[in-house]
Amino acid sequence: MTDDFPYQETKITPSMPEAQPMVPLHGWGRASSTSAHLTQIESISGAVSALRSAAQSGRGVVPRGLGRSYGDAAQNAGGTALDLTKLNRVLSVDAESEPPTVQVQAGVSLDSLMRTLLPFGLWVPVLPGTRQVTVGGAIAADVHGKNHHTEGSFGNHVASLDLLRADGEIQTLRPEGDTADLFWATIGGMGLTGVVLGATIVLQRTESAYFLVDTERCTDIDDLMARMSEGDDGYTYSVAWFDAVSRGKHMGRAVLTRGNKARLQDLTPKLRRDPLQFVAPSLGTIPEIFPNRMVNRATAKAFSTAWYYKAPKYRVGELQNITSFFHPLDIVAEWNRIYGPHGFLQYQFVVPFSEDETFRRCFELIVNSGHVSCLNVLKRFGPGNAAPLSFPMQGWTLTVDLPIEEGLDSLCNTLDELVVAAGGRVYLAKDSRLSASTFRQMYPRLDDFLAVRRKVDPDGLFNSDLARRLQLH
Amino acid sequence: MIDALGAPQSLLLLGGTSDIALAIARRYAAVRTLRVVLAARPTPRRSAAAAELAELGCTVEEVDLEARDAFSREAAIEQAFAGGDIDVAVVAFGLLGDAEQAWTDPALVSELAEVNYVAPVHLGVLLSNKMKAQSHGRIVALSSVAGERVRRSNFVYGSTKAGMDAFYLGLGEALRGTGVQVLVVRPGFVKSKMTDGLPAAPLAVTPQEVAEATVAGVKEKREIIWVPAPMRVVMSGLRHVPRPLFRRLPI
Ligand SMILES: Cc1cc2nc3c(=O)[nH]c(=O)nc-3n(C[C@H](O)[C@H](O)[C@H](O)COP(=O)(O)OP(=O)(O)OC[C@H]3O[C@@H](n4cnc5c(N)ncnc54)[C@H](O)[C@@H]3O)c2cc1C
Repeated sequence: MTDDFPYQETKITPSMPEAQPMVPLHGWGRASSTSAHLTQIESISGAVSALRSAAQSGRGVVPRGLGRSYGDAAQNAGGTALDLTKLNRVLSVDAESEPPTVQVQAGVSLDSLMRTLLPFGLWVPVLPGTRQVTVGGAIAADVHGKNHHTEGSFGNHVASLDLLRADGEIQTLRPEGDTADLFWATIGGMGLTGVVLGATIVLQRTESAYFLVDTERCTDIDDLMARMSEGDDGYTYSVAWFDAVSRGKHMGRAVLTRGNKARLQDLTPKLRRDPLQFVAPSLGTIPEIFPNRMVNRATAKAFSTAWYYKAPKYRVGELQNITSFFHPLDIVAEWNRIYGPHGFLQYQFVVPFSEDETFRRCFELIVNSGHVSCLNVLKRFGPGNAAPLSFPMQGWTLTVDLPIEEGLDSLCNTLDELVVAAGGRVYLAKDSRLSASTFRQMYPRLDDFLAVRRKVDPDGLFNSDLARRLQLH
Repeated sequence: MIDALGAPQSLLLLGGTSDIALAIARRYAAVRTLRVVLAARPTPRRSAAAAELAELGCTVEEVDLEARDAFSREAAIEQAFAGGDIDVAVVAFGLLGDAEQAWTDPALVSELAEVNYVAPVHLGVLLSNKMKAQSHGRIVALSSVAGERVRRSNFVYGSTKAGMDAFYLGLGEALRGTGVQVLVVRPGFVKSKMTDGLPAAPLAVTPQEVAEATVAGVKEKREIIWVPAPMRVVMSGLRHVPRPLFRRLPI
């Protein structure tokens, strides 16, 4: 081809050359996916320069961990998403200090962090229902576990964190002192104050990786709530699964499991030989072949009945490993695929203890709605913390998984109204549909959060689909 | 953003006083609080529509749009997107005109072509440029079965709809992979202010029915829908009727 080749002049060039290709991103619920430029972060300097170049694009940046939030929190249509999962080193473990601590990069998963710490007899104080979340995601959503009533949420155990701010500066934040405001806005701040690059986490000591578990079957919702209110304080960990399909006299039948960390003396001689062994079996990955409506009334009913009767009526002091007590869902990877291409949503709310009537009404609405849910969790939260967008508050919390079907919007809207009226709220890490106005009613400290955010990120460089939906600017 | 249940939080109605456009807004307003941008001529009808939607809990912005004027079209799009992302944009205006006058009056034929074809395709390009930058959004083009097989009785109108329909189907293809989707809605005879006084045809529908089908189409990410759905079969039959016979059909 020569220089004067006529087509050279008229060659069509793409009008908008793109640095990185657009990648469709979705949350764990697999609904409302959008595309963003996904940038892998492998070093601190990489994070700084990625932030700088993303600033040019005009659609902002969102940090992203393992994508275990259910909705649109880690998506940013047309903008940039920073994938932090390669920034995943455990930097140092201080097992001698009292209390012990660990310093990590933000992309490390709680799964690998636990594996690293257990041989030292150290324990991550707050674990959500899956270990496949990053420390950054655990901080940004201020996650809670089965021990919220005794230990609070993840943010309560962060001694300090390093935040890459919109101006490109990296700042170390602590829960007290002059950086406290930005620290607490970052806890539960859904990645909108900056990128958490690393953190120091306060740990607990443990003699074993096992639990002493008591299991009880409860005949209905009243029985369940009564038992939890009375007995929870005797246990570090407590959670109930309930049947959200059966109506009539079985309505709200439940399996309550509560337990404490097992000490050496609680173990069988065989387990005592390797008390800190991490048991994490895998049954493989669910293939992407499930149609919509796989989870329907019939399958959910069969599942719920089986789950209920599989549990012993009453059993005390059973030894269970981490996976069976904490993370039965982690045994199968990508189980969310069983909901088919329409996806599903998770609705988790909390209302104060004084509103137990509202709680029952919400529960009945769900059971009688015709929408079916298999994974239904009920828990009592202890007091919340200083983070303005943190979800937990003292009260009852309930979680249901609902396949996306006709009429689900009005069910959720009705639940929202009841929750707002009761002074409760919905969890952002699970949400994919709240409106900005309802959200504002649920989070009375929103303006405190926004004031910090506007100061640290006046141009709104940090942005996400969730931030646009809830007008977090 | 369009949420997990398929509901938008911002809606742009181009031709914001059309019966169908307003019926779409009402349906969305019933499930979610949303921002509605009403782009239309500044008439009492627009004010009334804005007031009604505000009553339903919407945040309403009124934007001037004179479909015949290219500058006005550009300004309207700029203004609509200045307030934030637009999740769903509906191209809802159109002019029926007197069919016999339309093919004999040069002024009227030009006007129909401008309003029903030039304006929609111009706006289609303006919209898709904005939405490509957002990497998300849906464009809904209200077409008509009249464009699918053009009839002698209203061929000028039919030809403009045929053109805009083809454009939007093509636009949908061109936008694949960008996160922006196009839905072409082909209603049959709609009982609305546009057809007031005309005898209703068989399979006639109401603006509410068109709105309902459109909302479902957006949710299911459809590319083309007929309202009512059986119209699709009727039209596919009509498309293949030989001209001499078609000429004699009482339609
Ligand atoms: C099966 C299952 C069970 C669950 N159980 C629980 C539970 O019991 N309790 C509970 O609280 N939650 C639970 N969750 C929710 C989950 O713990 C949270 O959504 C968590 O935030 C996911 O972390 P991630 O690394 O996947 O983050 P992502 O989903 O990728 O991101 C979540 C949010 O964190 C932000 N973020 C991520 N990394 C950073 C960073 N480095 N800096 C700043 N912001 C960042 C993102 O911007 C986004 O807003 C569960 C989720 C699943 C799938």
